[in-house]
Amino acid sequence: MRSETDSDNDGAVLERLLAGDEAAFSALVAAHQGSLLRLALTFVSDRGVAEEVVQETWLGVIKGLKTFEKRASLKTWIFRILVNRARTRGARDGRTLNFSALQGPDGDSADLVERFSAEGRWIQPPSLWQAQDPEDLLLRAETAECLKSAIASLPENQRAVVTLRDLEGIDAQEICNILSISETNQRVLLHRARTKVRAMLEKHLKRG
Amino acid sequence: MLNCREITERASDFIDAALPWHVRLEVRLHLMMCRLCREYVRQLALVVRTLRRLPSPEVAPRVNQELLALFRAERE
Repeated sequence: MRSETDSDNDGAVLERLLAGDEAAFSALVAAHQGSLLRLALTFVSDRGVAEEVVQETWLGVIKGLKTFEKRASLKTWIFRILVNRARTRGARDGRTLNFSALQGPDGDSADLVERFSAEGRWIQPPSLWQAQDPEDLLLRAETAECLKSAIASLPENQRAVVTLRDLEGIDAQEICNILSISETNQRVLLHRARTKVRAMLEKHLKRG
Repeated sequence: MLNCREITERASDFIDAALPWHVRLEVRLHLMMCRLCREYVRQLALVVRTLRRLPSPEVAPRVNQELLALFRAERE
């Protein structure tokens, strides 16, 4: 849910933007540019293309400000514009996989089924990790690289959900709105993405 | 009673507090008794918290002049 402060703040920013306040626009761009680029890169793999998509997004924002209806937060609205552009661009470049093609029952199953007995008990239990918090994990320089490549290896829709949720910290409801997916779908995609990322990190830590 | 495989299937929702209360309770009961699943859920939560620390890609700090010009033009 959006907090009051968020929508109050949105209102103030919007007013300044509509009044042509360039400092407000610059601040808005600066606040979201990195996140938008990261999200664009989940749909198109080329950095240059991703930067174009971000640029097109800002054009869309400039053109659409007058008609912005405040049904969502300003941020959600901007991210939605980006996703629409990025999907169009990705499809044109032949990089976007059909959203439903990845949701077959077993197509990209994240289950750990081979690690359990028929009764559902662990046969290959998780290897124990020494790390207690993110700092411990990130002490090893390769951990961040491992996590990044794990995310890069996910199917596009899982990558988009985990990027928005866990990297950006956006709440589930807003993600559904940004990606136009159902709440159930969001949870399933997130579950699969996290399961795989953990498994890849586990492999990496085992190798030492 | 949920088995270990079923716990891993619900771990992501458990971390997000997105499970119905009775399922959440079943997960908690299982975790009290099963240290392997406790470790699994702990690791998944740790991964989630670590992902939050990954910095977004570097971008040029200055706003593109072209964008500012377009912003200006749109307001006139």
